[in-house]
Amino acid sequence: MDVFLQQLMNALQWGSFYALIAIGYSMVYGVLMLFNFAHGDIFMVGAYIGFFVSSGLLALNLGSVIGLSTGVELGLVLVLTLIISMLLNSIVGMGVERIGYRPLREAPRASAAITGLMIGIILETANLALLGPQRRSFPELIPTTTITIAGASVTNKKILIVIVSLVLALLVHQFVQRTKWGMAMRAMAYDYVVVPLMGISSDRIALMTFAIGSALAAAAGILFGIAYPVLDPNMGILFGWKAFVAAILGGRGSILGAALAGFLLGFIEIFVTMIFPSTMRNLIAFGIILIILTFRPHGFFGEPFSAQLRL
Amino acid sequence: MYFSVENLSVSYGNIRALHDISFNVNEGEIVCIIGANGAGKSTTLRAISRLVPAHEGSKMVFQGKDLLKLPPDKVVTELGISHVPEGRRLFGNLTVKENLTLASFARTDDDAIQRDLDRVFTIFPRLKERMNQKSGTLSGGEQQMLAVGRALISARKFMLLDEPSMGLAPLLMADVFDALQEINDEGTTILLVEQNARLALQFAQRGYVLENGNMVLEGSSKELLDNPEVKKAYLGG
Ligand SMILES: Nc1ncnc2c1ncn2[C@@H]1O[C@H](COP(=O)(O)OP(=O)(O)OP(=O)(O)O)[C@@H](O)[C@H]1O
Ligand SMILES: [Mg+2]
Repeated sequence: MDVFLQQLMNALQWGSFYALIAIGYSMVYGVLMLFNFAHGDIFMVGAYIGFFVSSGLLALNLGSVIGLSTGVELGLVLVLTLIISMLLNSIVGMGVERIGYRPLREAPRASAAITGLMIGIILETANLALLGPQRRSFPELIPTTTITIAGASVTNKKILIVIVSLVLALLVHQFVQRTKWGMAMRAMAYDYVVVPLMGISSDRIALMTFAIGSALAAAAGILFGIAYPVLDPNMGILFGWKAFVAAILGGRGSILGAALAGFLLGFIEIFVTMIFPSTMRNLIAFGIILIILTFRPHGFFGEPFSAQLRL
Repeated sequence: MYFSVENLSVSYGNIRALHDISFNVNEGEIVCIIGANGAGKSTTLRAISRLVPAHEGSKMVFQGKDLLKLPPDKVVTELGISHVPEGRRLFGNLTVKENLTLASFARTDDDAIQRDLDRVFTIFPRLKERMNQKSGTLSGGEQQMLAVGRALISARKFMLLDEPSMGLAPLLMADVFDALQEINDEGTTILLVEQNARLALQFAQRGYVLENGNMVLEGSSKELLDNPEVKKAYLGG
């Protein structure tokens, strides 16, 4: 039982990264009918931004300057790092939309997909060129403590990561369902062309979609850095592909679907390795997903319409 | 001049859809453009809404403002021009209420929005009963009502209507046109395009005839209804 609980927490943590990245994939796919294949690398950039922001904040030595205890200082640094990095990464995402995708609005979708792959490679290699090949270690923002729940030992980090991810996913879901901007996003998912006739700038909605997705990717990057404090320029590739799979599995444009599928993927991977050799992890995980898609071709919560892209 | 179009040309890729057409609309008028399939009627309305780009040299002026300088959302919000597009194009995944709310996206005059909503429900009481239904599941007539209602909320100075009669039974059609007349009586100028030439000319005060992307005739509705060529080509003899 305790082993199961422990693995459950591992799965929830691992799934958190997929979930947060998948939401951004799914939103862009939903609103713009576009696979933003640069999104995994936007996650990587977010992790690096988090690294620089937190290192910078720690160097400011807020603790001794304004007289805070170490614990409070670290907590403050963590919160500020999350907020500042999410803002900065949303600017990165909007830049990718404005420079990379907007000129291709009317282009065939395949051209836009290729553009995404190229932007991703540019981000990876730019990172390599500017920062060099050495890995960075993410500063320790939370000193690890271990809590025992029902015989299972769980770290405070894991609990924090899972809670932050769930809160962010629910916030974005509420935003899309309840605000007028969210409503505009859903409208755009259905009929891209006539949204401007409602007096809405579709370019702005597109930017907002990228901004939100990239902010979540930055959060994922920082949480990843907290759990696995080693960053390298290629860290976004595999995460990106898997989150993409989760986004499709969740259903086009569905925030909760993407989150759910992200967690599911985390579960499958962790529990497969519990039973089978780890070399079989991806084989079994993707096999299961193929089977699910066979029976639910629109994913968990996908609506069976595709966007109207033409007059 | 309230609204004037001069030498408007539009192409889709290499295909020229409009050839230097010119026409105008006076404040408070109902004007129609009639023409066969593929004549360029919808394209004309799309050009006014800036959904398709116009050729260099085209001129469109609305209340003294150069319309071609504005992006499509500003045509709605800054000029007050609304557009009921061909095929209605409702957001079928949103409810009736959400479709109407979305149309007020850029407006901040909450009291006036509420008044406009009440007005829409007075004109189309059916919509009020269906508030929480997904618009994709409405009947064709209800969808047309919602399309017009939505346009009224988005802007109400000048309304562009693309074939509001399409797919409606005669009785419902009469309802919709009665509602449009009411909307016009309250001060909304209307530009209507229709394949159903008789209906359009009975409703409008003036009309234009579009043929293969060229404006070939214009006149008062009465003149056009009596014109032998119009009779032969568009009124069934
Ligand atoms: N999105 C498009 N892409 C390419 N060509 C188009 C497009 N829309 C219209 N056309 C072409 O432009 C011309 C004018 O079309 P338009 O839709 O304006 O005609 P219409 O008068 O509204 O016809 P209908 O009465 O059938 O609605 C036609 O030859 C049509 O094939
Ligand atoms: Mg048409």
